[in-house]
Amino acid sequence: MSENKKHAEIVVITSGKGGVGKTTTTANIGVGLAMRDMKVALIDTDTGLRNLDLLLGLENRIMYDLVDVTEGRVPYKKALVPHKKFRNLFLLPTSQVKDKSSVNPDALMKLCDEMRSEFDYILIDCPAGIEQGFQTAIAGADCAIVVTMPEISAVRDADKIIGELGRADKDNIKLIVNRIRPQMVEQGDMLDMKDINDILSITCIGQVPDDEKVVTSTNRGEPVIMTEDSLAGRAYKNIVRRILGEDVEFMDLHKDTFLRRIKRAFGMN
Amino acid sequence: MFDALRKLFGSEKESSKQIAARRLQLVLVHDRASVSPEIMDKLREEIIGVISKYMDINRENMDISLANGDNDNSVALVANIPVSRMKHGK
Ligand SMILES: Nc1ncnc2c1ncn2[C@@H]1O[C@H](COP(=O)(O)OP(=O)(O)OP(=O)(O)O)[C@@H](O)[C@H]1O
Ligand SMILES: [Mg+2]
Repeated sequence: MSENKKHAEIVVITSGKGGVGKTTTTANIGVGLAMRDMKVALIDTDTGLRNLDLLLGLENRIMYDLVDVTEGRVPYKKALVPHKKFRNLFLLPTSQVKDKSSVNPDALMKLCDEMRSEFDYILIDCPAGIEQGFQTAIAGADCAIVVTMPEISAVRDADKIIGELGRADKDNIKLIVNRIRPQMVEQGDMLDMKDINDILSITCIGQVPDDEKVVTSTNRGEPVIMTEDSLAGRAYKNIVRRILGEDVEFMDLHKDTFLRRIKRAFGMN
Repeated sequence: MFDALRKLFGSEKESSKQIAARRLQLVLVHDRASVSPEIMDKLREEIIGVISKYMDINRENMDISLANGDNDNSVALVANIPVSRMKHGK
């Protein structure tokens, strides 16, 4: 191969609390980086609960999985599933077996090191919780993205995860606040990015609105970042740009609400 | 801005977001203070090491622990270390 050796940045996407959007975030950032001509591998480590394949529309193309690779049955290249549209995006699917301990931290670390020279970015989708699956997912990572929601229990769990990452010497941590509802923020009924930032003291690289398009795009197996006109898609595009080192302003999620118009009419905004 | 509006309309009620932020600040102080027993043991040994350079201490009756600080929002490391003899200064 004439290709220059790469040196991938390995990023784990984690949250503590379940269902806050780790897998959605992994799929969107993965597609976004691939759209920017990066060579990207996504590793699903949520053993027994395979999802990332569905979000990417690759569920019918899986031949081998992560456990086949870590147990030495096939080389990782054989298990990688190329994306249909973005040919520089690959998925290493998780296994559907129940045993959560079937991949240990050492095995994943070894795999990451082996893959590093072939990719620009390797994103690891982490299972919820702080047990063995979490420890495995973070083992090989250079940095972490913690996904949370503007909700008291999700923020508390994010704080816990940040503590755990620190104990594992993973000090490069970024935050994404997902599922923000601008109208509730406006009414003073939902924490916004700044509130959460103040509480967790972690650099925030994105705020993603709660957006129906996330659901419809998931239905199609095409991450929302691929649709032109969605607010969530734009938010993910900005996140990708920040990951690539660009300085991007945070967008205004607030729609033109009634209250806002009144405030403006009185010169208060 | 919002506070100003609220005052204007005479409602001093704390918004649910402010309540959430306040509760979180509090609970996190306590979450973060739950240090593992191994770390507390290590901390204890190292403190003993440093203090023993200057004075003889009674290890049996010493107590080092985390406690609530003066206000709700703080945590204090409280150490009670009986000294049995001062060493001679050099
Ligand atoms: N910004 C958003 N707007 C609307 N719906 C969203 C958004 N982000 C995620 N969702 C929805 O929330 C649900 C959970 O998302 P996702 O599966 O990505 O979370 P997860 O953290 O990976 O969950 P788990 O802990 O189970 O792995 C999904 O149904 C997804 O479509
Ligand atoms: Mg998931």
